[in-house]
Amino acid sequence: MDFLQLFDPTIFPVLAADGLTNGAVYALLALATVLVFAVTRVIFIPLGEFVVFGTLTLASLQLGKVPGTLSLLLVLLGAAALMEALTWVRRGQAGRGLLTLGGAALLGAALWALAGWAVPLKPPLWGQVILTLLLVAPLGPLIYRTVYQPLQNATVLVLLIASVALHLVLTGLALVFFGPEGSRTPPFAAGNVTLGQVTLSWQSLLVILVSALLMLGLYFFFDRTMPGKALRATAVNRLGARLVGISPSSAGTLTFTLAAVIAGLGGMLIGPSVAMTYDSGFLIGLKGFIGAIIGGLVSYPLAAVGAVLVGLIESFASFSLSAWKEVIVFTLILPVLLWRSLTTRHIPEDEE
Amino acid sequence: MSRAGSPSARRTGLPLRALLTGAAVVVALALPLVLPLFQVTLLVNVLIFAVVVTGLVLLTGIVGLTSFGQAAFMGVGAYTTAVLTTQAGWSTWLTLLAGFGVTALIAWLLGLMTLRMQGHYLPLATIAWGISLYYVFGNTPALGGFTGLTDIPPVHFFGLSLTSPRTFAYLALVCLGVVALGAQFLLSSRVGRAMRALRGGPLVAEAFGVNTFRLRVQVFVLAALMASLAGWLYAHSQRFVNPTPFSLQAGIEYLFMAVVGGSQHVWGGVLGAGLITLLREWLRDLLPALIGAQGNFEVIVFGVLVILTLQFARRGLWPLIERVLPREEVRLLPEHSRLPERGKPQPGTPLLEVAHALKTFGGLRAVNDVSFELRAGEILGLIGPNGAGKSTLFNLITGVNPATGGRVTFAGQDITRASAGQIHRLGVARTFQHVHLLPDLTLLANTMMGGYARGRAGMVASLLHLERREEAALQHEALRQLERVGLGEQAFTLAGNLALGQQRILEVARALVADPTLLLLDEPAAGLRYGEKMELVALLKRLRDEGVTILLVEHDMDLVMNLVDRLVVMNYGEKLAEGTPAEIRANAAVREAYLGVDMAEGAA
Repeated sequence: MDFLQLFDPTIFPVLAADGLTNGAVYALLALATVLVFAVTRVIFIPLGEFVVFGTLTLASLQLGKVPGTLSLLLVLLGAAALMEALTWVRRGQAGRGLLTLGGAALLGAALWALAGWAVPLKPPLWGQVILTLLLVAPLGPLIYRTVYQPLQNATVLVLLIASVALHLVLTGLALVFFGPEGSRTPPFAAGNVTLGQVTLSWQSLLVILVSALLMLGLYFFFDRTMPGKALRATAVNRLGARLVGISPSSAGTLTFTLAAVIAGLGGMLIGPSVAMTYDSGFLIGLKGFIGAIIGGLVSYPLAAVGAVLVGLIESFASFSLSAWKEVIVFTLILPVLLWRSLTTRHIPEDEE
Repeated sequence: MSRAGSPSARRTGLPLRALLTGAAVVVALALPLVLPLFQVTLLVNVLIFAVVVTGLVLLTGIVGLTSFGQAAFMGVGAYTTAVLTTQAGWSTWLTLLAGFGVTALIAWLLGLMTLRMQGHYLPLATIAWGISLYYVFGNTPALGGFTGLTDIPPVHFFGLSLTSPRTFAYLALVCLGVVALGAQFLLSSRVGRAMRALRGGPLVAEAFGVNTFRLRVQVFVLAALMASLAGWLYAHSQRFVNPTPFSLQAGIEYLFMAVVGGSQHVWGGVLGAGLITLLREWLRDLLPALIGAQGNFEVIVFGVLVILTLQFARRGLWPLIERVLPREEVRLLPEHSRLPERGKPQPGTPLLEVAHALKTFGGLRAVNDVSFELRAGEILGLIGPNGAGKSTLFNLITGVNPATGGRVTFAGQDITRASAGQIHRLGVARTFQHVHLLPDLTLLANTMMGGYARGRAGMVASLLHLERREEAALQHEALRQLERVGLGEQAFTLAGNLALGQQRILEVARALVADPTLLLLDEPAAGLRYGEKMELVALLKRLRDEGVTILLVEHDMDLVMNLVDRLVVMNYGEKLAEGTPAEIRANAAVREAYLGVDMAEGAA
């Protein structure tokens, strides 16, 4: 009975619209996951935490509070600068090391001053969005520098364990920064739009549009620009890319910046429709992840389609079997894996 | 180059290591009696967690796969016993077996689904499975939902009811002892060596007859069974179960214990379980006071700890302790019987026959209609310029990459479509162009790997050390082969300490343990110094005189010309010439291919 209600003409479009909206954001996350894995071999589980940091930082700004994200950013900046400076000193270029430290100190001070000045003024929504991005996006490259770059030559498995560890650290920090309560951020647009039988909120439409635009942007970035092509080259053949002068570290830095921007934006897009708590990130990230796995961690279009599918399934499942929603979504991964294991020919590889 | 640890390692004076282990056991047995009750409860938890982590050591540290779902397997064990004892009134010992059955089935299915693929799909699948199972426990009313099941009966042991933590600690100790000992036994056995070989990539393991997929599934199931045992212990020590201790987060923490403690050592797992559990107790009081709020803040410290461990001590903390401990003495088992040997073919009879072999990659014909014959007792060289298709032909004979067309026959059997393992079992053993050894193991252990297909002990026999007779025979056979190639003196050195030339010779010894009728050598002289090459030539000639048939792919012309009986020359995937070294030297086509002699002179 419940199940048949799904196809009721008044309910079906609502569920479909919901699924599409969340699916669009999952698709963005799926793309970021594929990108990070292809370029750096890191299975980036903490991507979901970036979504949470995006939403909750914006929520803090709404209240005129300086978010804890700032202190994390400053600590990471310090650690990264220190590591970088040490590398310079070891190469016998202490001067450059000092310069790095000085630059980082200036940058940190500037960010701190900016946040301290702008946050209490409660700037308009678009200003808050920019401020959020300024606080969340740099976390990507800084985390790459402090956590993953020292592990550059490690196996996929070691990198995965590091990712899971990082996920726990960020979840714990989110609890410290934002507390256990959930927050919603205000929608970017109010009201509904009616397209024939279907009524969509402007917000949903906006989410779908922005996601589509971002994907288009990524397509152009990878297809038309030099840095984008360099990333693709690294993804195809790490050693080859290195031989033609693409440094794996700068490719990694760029990739993590992109991932952080995508996830941070994703967080702000999904923020109005999901009550985000400090620990929501894992499940959200994983849903994007399932999309990525459907794409075999290599195909961007398949990953996006897979993620939208996950959003739809989740939406329909939450209506008829809400307690089992997560079970349904996550056991979905098993048939997908089975299918992949039967269809892809395994090529023996020597990893170590 | 270090030549430390020569045969004297065989006889260290005092079995210091054994004494230390004995002392550790005595302390462990005394702890439940002397510690305050609260700490005994903590000890029970450490012991239970160590059982789970031991499984992860085998899976992650040794085989190089991992699972975040061990807590979920623990949950299967715990819930099985909880339901069957409270609702069906089963005996606790029967429910242990029932838990094993359910766990094994689930692990086997998950393994079948994911273990054919690259290593990272298994952890991902276990994440999904860990999350799903948590919600299944929490949403099933028959399992008590998120509040769980209470009133689980205690374990009875010969009329003694284990209700106090002090008595229960002994049950947990015995379980951990059995599991840890089994793991140690397994690691020093035929199956354990195959497991270690898997870590270096499937190529070597397959070449010596290991069914890598099956072995991976077996180890995954074994690790799950250990978790299931831990779950059973947990349910009967707490006397109630709810979903929280079996969540994904707990599964992640077990992996952390293995990583921090040292995932390649059974003791490392125990160390990690103790360390993280105690650290958690301490941080649980400290951090909320520090931060001024309630919450799971210890995960922040755990996460940072794991990242730092990975960056600075990737093998965990145990190897640092191992450094100050006396080295484990290598014990040679008394030899009761020798391994059966295979009948050798009459010298001069055809052994390997390649007929019209064809291998295409897309449009490229890497091997195009190549035919030759190898007779028992000869050394045949396969040479040709770079890209001539030698290695492809080699892969085609060894079953690494089967032919697209044509026929390969070995000892009268068609092996065109056979797998690497099947071909190996027929009597073909090989070495690798890039040396594939296990640097952390002794020469002896590395060599014994070559005899995998001559043994038959399986997982269970290895866990219980029921295969000692066979192991002894393998040990002595490996020693004999090491002496045969001149490495007998260094049998107890670590393979990583050898120079490249000796490592290649070690690979020859490893291949010889398989008792091969045909020895395949893939560029054995690559990267060797002149003296090392001369030693290699001398060794191969001696082996030929002892009746071993050899096929080698090689670049070094001098070496080949002085060594082989006959040569097959390839160029652009086709056979260019075949004959004795003198004939090949005189062959105009070969000279042209190698030296680029111009057409006019070549034709003259």
